[in-house]
Amino acid sequence: MALMGFDVARWRPGPLLPGSDARDGSLIFVVAVLTFLAVATAITGLAADRAARGWTAQLNHSATVVVRPSAGETPDGAAAKAADALAGVKGVAEARALEKEKAEALLKPWLGDTSILADLPVPRLVTLDLDPKAPASLASLTAKLKEQGIDATVDDHRLWIADIERGARVARWSMLGVFVLISAAAAAVIAFATRAGLAARRDVVEVLHLSGASSGFTAGLFQWRFARMAALAGLFGGAGAAILGALARMAGGGAGLTPVLPVAWIDLAAAIPAPFVAAIVAALAARAAALSLVREMA
Amino acid sequence: MRYGRAPEVLNNINFQLMPGSFHFVTGASGAGKSSLLKMIYLAHRASRGRVSLFGRDISTVPGRDLPFLRRRIGVVFQEFRLLDHLSAFDNVALPLRIAGKKANDYRQDVAELLRWVGLGERMQAEPPTLSGGEKQRLAIARAVINRPDVLLADEPTGNVDPAMSLRILRLFVELNRMGTTILIASHDEDLVANSGRPVLHLDSGRLIALGDAQGNLHGEAG
Repeated sequence: MALMGFDVARWRPGPLLPGSDARDGSLIFVVAVLTFLAVATAITGLAADRAARGWTAQLNHSATVVVRPSAGETPDGAAAKAADALAGVKGVAEARALEKEKAEALLKPWLGDTSILADLPVPRLVTLDLDPKAPASLASLTAKLKEQGIDATVDDHRLWIADIERGARVARWSMLGVFVLISAAAAAVIAFATRAGLAARRDVVEVLHLSGASSGFTAGLFQWRFARMAALAGLFGGAGAAILGALARMAGGGAGLTPVLPVAWIDLAAAIPAPFVAAIVAALAARAAALSLVREMA
Repeated sequence: MRYGRAPEVLNNINFQLMPGSFHFVTGASGAGKSSLLKMIYLAHRASRGRVSLFGRDISTVPGRDLPFLRRRIGVVFQEFRLLDHLSAFDNVALPLRIAGKKANDYRQDVAELLRWVGLGERMQAEPPTLSGGEKQRLAIARAVINRPDVLLADEPTGNVDPAMSLRILRLFVELNRMGTTILIASHDEDLVANSGRPVLHLDSGRLIALGDAQGNLHGEAG
């Protein structure tokens, strides 16, 4: 029956909670910012981890041999002899004798571009690419050189690898720590804002409570309300961080922004769970806050 | 009963309301009328003593059962407590939604009740746009839509003119005839006198008089 434009037959129940207000906008903004920071940290952490793994792999699969020529032997000849000998060792993919110019170039950062290099007995280097699956050991390389009567020292980068691995571990755990802290801060903000939102709507909660609503019914209303808001905020924040990651990826071409932060497209997937995680955290916080408020009333 | 650590606002009160009875609670402002009603509609627990509703001792009722007891009690609050963001129709439908009923099962009942309380033309109106009398009737409609076993009303005529007071009283009498137990807190002496109903008179939190029991009131004034 229609009454003054109101059709009872078409009536649909209205939302039991009041619509959004300025407080909700602030909550969405703060949660979006925190989600942005959390996702950006995750993307940075993934890229940093990849960089550390790359450096470790490079060092693990290579070695450098410093060759000292014996009497009557030219430095280049000694280096070529060492390269030939080591190329035959099991676990060595390739052995290359470094030319004099390249060896001197390695010293220039320390000695400068001076004529002193011409007077110095610059040692020759042999670089080895090792088989990634079964790299030759330091002992086997040293034994081969000794067997051939070559005066040389093998550096398998063990010292550097240990430092880099230690650095990578620190970076990985630091990123994880920052990520956890930001996520915890986001959860705390959501919980705080939820409580504030509930307190502001205490009158509604009281009416529902006294009209016979169970605590679960009331908590459910606020739970979904805040979950939806947080999901929206998570979507904004996650998308913002993903866009930033994509820019970093595109800015550096195939290697990402820099070799230090080689962002991969797959890293951007870290943004996908953001709306869901934010919604779940908000739902749990809202539920806990609503149940607590209803318990106070009871 | 007490609020927080404050002194007891009600003490030594002993009475029993029989099903289908109609009583007034009178007393000066601050006598404890609203507190008594709050205890009955389960907004506050008694700090000591025993409150029984529908044959059950409230202190032993599990928390999960309390909402079901509350649904059997209709309350007209002194300050109405209407939800301003909902239409008059939605406000009245609220207890039915909370009880989990389907909209198709009650929409005509809500419309009929709104017409009965004289708000047939204001179904879409939100409470802030209603007059004091209209809000009062809307609050009453919300309190009775679920056909409660008990109706409690706190100063239901406090904001309306004498003519509206009588109209509201007639509404309560009609509900009482349909079997609803009614308890009204009021300091409107004329209304109480004209009703001819038994009275519980409170003074400083004590029940000092039982008024005209008419066979419906049991217990002693403390």
